[in-house]
Amino acid sequence: MSSPTIPQAVYVFEAPVRLWHWVHTFSFLTLAATGYLIAHPLPSIGGEASDHFLMGNLRLIHFVAAWFFAVGFAVRIYWALVGNRYAREIFYLPVWRGAWWKGLFHEMAYYLFLTREQPPFLGHNPLAQTAMFFLNTLMTLFMIATGFALYSEGLGPGSWADRAFGWVLPLVGGGEATQNWHELGMWIMLAFAIIHIYMAVRADIFGRQSSVSAMIGGWRSFRR
Amino acid sequence: MSTEPTFYEILRRQGITRRKFLKFCSLTAASLGLAPEFAGTIAHALETKPRVPVIWLHGLECTCCTESFIRSGHPLAADVILSMISLDYDDTLMAAAGYQAEEILEQTIAKHDGNYILACEGNPPLNEEGMYCIQAGRPYVEKLRRMAAHSKAIIAWGTCASWGCVQAAKPNPTRATPIHKVVTDKPVIKVPGCPPIAEVMTGVITYILTFDRLPELDRLGRPKMFYGRRLHDKCYRRAHFDAGQFVERFDDEGARKGYCLYKMGCKGPTTHNACSTMEWNGGLSWPVKSGHGCLGCAEEDFWDRGSFYTPTTNLNVPGGVEVTADQVGKVIAGAAAAGVAAHATVSVVSRLVRGGKGRDEGGSSNE
Repeated sequence: MSSPTIPQAVYVFEAPVRLWHWVHTFSFLTLAATGYLIAHPLPSIGGEASDHFLMGNLRLIHFVAAWFFAVGFAVRIYWALVGNRYAREIFYLPVWRGAWWKGLFHEMAYYLFLTREQPPFLGHNPLAQTAMFFLNTLMTLFMIATGFALYSEGLGPGSWADRAFGWVLPLVGGGEATQNWHELGMWIMLAFAIIHIYMAVRADIFGRQSSVSAMIGGWRSFRR
Repeated sequence: MSTEPTFYEILRRQGITRRKFLKFCSLTAASLGLAPEFAGTIAHALETKPRVPVIWLHGLECTCCTESFIRSGHPLAADVILSMISLDYDDTLMAAAGYQAEEILEQTIAKHDGNYILACEGNPPLNEEGMYCIQAGRPYVEKLRRMAAHSKAIIAWGTCASWGCVQAAKPNPTRATPIHKVVTDKPVIKVPGCPPIAEVMTGVITYILTFDRLPELDRLGRPKMFYGRRLHDKCYRRAHFDAGQFVERFDDEGARKGYCLYKMGCKGPTTHNACSTMEWNGGLSWPVKSGHGCLGCAEEDFWDRGSFYTPTTNLNVPGGVEVTADQVGKVIAGAAAAGVAAHATVSVVSRLVRGGKGRDEGGSSNE
């Protein structure tokens, strides 16, 4: 479609996508905070061991949030299959399309202030799609795989987690290495979240298409 | 019927009563974590099976595996060596020396081809065609390959044979290589630890002898019965970890009260071994019980992962740069925040320069 025929508003983000977005957001924040405190525990507390369960509770919250994170992502993958075309965008990069590459370089030029022209995109622009694919979709898979692999060490050999994810541990280089890379994954996702929120807010202020409200109501509106 | 005497025959010859023999079988079954009825299975196996010939080789190592092994309490190492197995060759324990000793190897191949257990302590260096470890005038790696080719199975004693250990630490000048990377056509049972626990070592041998098969191994080739769980899962200080009670310094109140050593870098949460259940020297103590964190000596590359005294260790990125996930992560997240702040500033300034002329231009769509 070309510029003059762009409608006032398009229904881009369907309800399951929006729901996942916010489940993903809040489960990630919970996981990041509790995960950091598991790797770097709070100052030691006194008294009897039987009176406290601080690390135990932090771990419990981490595991519950992990289930929201993982099941949410599983539902999101299902919705990519049955949802609208925009629901599929974060799962692939159309590298075989010349126009996509053109759009990618144009977006780079735009964010480097080399051009003020920003063609409208209904879903993600190619730069946003690339960042989303590597730093969110693939990182989410990595965090789920390494997370359940570490979880399997607690459940023990022969457990479902061991059978499904135990193979990840030797692949990464053992439990200690998996813990370290799992923590680095959190930092990468946090950096992505910072840039993602900035881009979304900035698009609302400077851009011509709605961004933050689109992830709440689902409709992306375009302004002249 | 084999001409080799059985375990039981030799015990009786040494004046051990049947009652004592059965007690030994029950103890061994218990130490292997088997149900009580297996005591009978063990007794039957020891009564009927000939002693297993074992060849014990030493490559690059410190002999701490042997030192540990000879201190086994259940079963006693003396019982294992003199009665259960036929330890035909062991550089450090045998009486024979020189040509006489080396002859035993050829005799074993001739007599027990494909039927003996090859126990390897230490590993072979592969650089300079193995010249960094010479035994009887030839590189150790040649001896290892020859003995492995005719063996039934291989036990890789300790972290040296299992993972490489300190002689394989970066940059590994002699290219010390664990057994499973040198011998790929025989089953290799890894019994890691520096050294492994004595009762784990004798337990593995007893299992092989009793059931005439190798114990069930995990993905990395370690016997599940001893390496299935992390130290952390069975640690007697685990309650303090769950409560959030940690030793912060080796001389603080928490250290005196026996709090969790996680913050002092204890590697129990990622180390698979039986220390926290079987303990050392006949159940006397183990590192955490003595007030020091686990170093993770039974895990691969434990010597190359950075500090023994911090919970988070090096990422081991290619190129040998020593950084932790936190150091890298804080730079990444900090750069993202700084980049966002800079980009926002430029965006606002560029808009002001344009005289606050509203939104960016549309242009043609790519959709």
